[in-house]
Amino acid sequence: MNKDTLLIAGKNYNSRLLIGTGKYKDFTETQEAVEASGAEIITIAIRRSNIGQNPNEPNLLDILPPSKYTLLPNTAGCYSADDAVRTLRLARELLDGHSLVKLEVLGDPQSLYPNVVETLAAAKTLVADGFQVMVYTSDDPIIAKQLEDIGCVAIMPLASLIGSGMGILNPWNLQLIMDRVQVPVIVDAGVGTASDAAIAMELGCHGVLMNTAIAAAQQPVLMASAMKQAVEAGRMAFLAGRMPKKLYSASPSSPTSGLIS
Amino acid sequence: MISVSINGEVRQFDNPVTVATLLEQMQLTGKRIALERNGEILPRGQFNQQLLADGDQLEIVVAVGGG
Repeated sequence: MNKDTLLIAGKNYNSRLLIGTGKYKDFTETQEAVEASGAEIITIAIRRSNIGQNPNEPNLLDILPPSKYTLLPNTAGCYSADDAVRTLRLARELLDGHSLVKLEVLGDPQSLYPNVVETLAAAKTLVADGFQVMVYTSDDPIIAKQLEDIGCVAIMPLASLIGSGMGILNPWNLQLIMDRVQVPVIVDAGVGTASDAAIAMELGCHGVLMNTAIAAAQQPVLMASAMKQAVEAGRMAFLAGRMPKKLYSASPSSPTSGLIS
Repeated sequence: MISVSINGEVRQFDNPVTVATLLEQMQLTGKRIALERNGEILPRGQFNQQLLADGDQLEIVVAVGGG
């Protein structure tokens, strides 16, 4: 059997778990969680340098060197296509021409629900500008297909709202998306605990991206390890092919003959 | 005297300075930053030549933790 890898934009990854680096207590915890998760693709945010900050303060890129991880700059916090495009151009300059990015254009600060109209517009501009775009979107299969047609390299639908930990609320829509697009489908947002990640993988999703589920756990490093195993277990179960569900079993697991009387 | 907006904060300079000099004053020389000038990326290689002009709007960004 060939090694089961996740292929994104021509590159193979061994891990199907992608994690964010926000909300950790400090850089040590960030680093330990990343290590425990086994993730190879790590999202980062781009923000204004704080003018008054201590210039000797450690930098995130020092603890997560681009030589070791595939850093995925994201546009979380952007509410327009224009801001998202500007942010990713800055990210590309910051990361020496790195073109694999996560596009996320939000529509509402309370729900953090994606604005798909702005997302589509930004995706067009970014793809034309040479970016390889992994795109966060709603679980609408028609929009997902349009994003693929624009040239996005991965479709990343929400399973439930960002940071909600509500799990996989609409597995049927995820299935509709997977039936319609050829590029990897990665659940991004909504996972709360290990079983949610396993369910996403059992459905046939190609990967799972999460941040809060790990960072907001009581013990983030332990949860990172749980998520690693959940994603692996879910993927193996998907490949193995589950037995059909049925109300009654006509065939017990033990032999029906040879019983003592 | 020129006024330049840096990450939304206005700073004044007596003489035109280069971007490299500004970064030095901010103790950002050699740090992992990216810079946008008036909405356009300013490549690192041009920091030494580019003089700031009155009314310039600069954005200086870094990588931070995020999902």
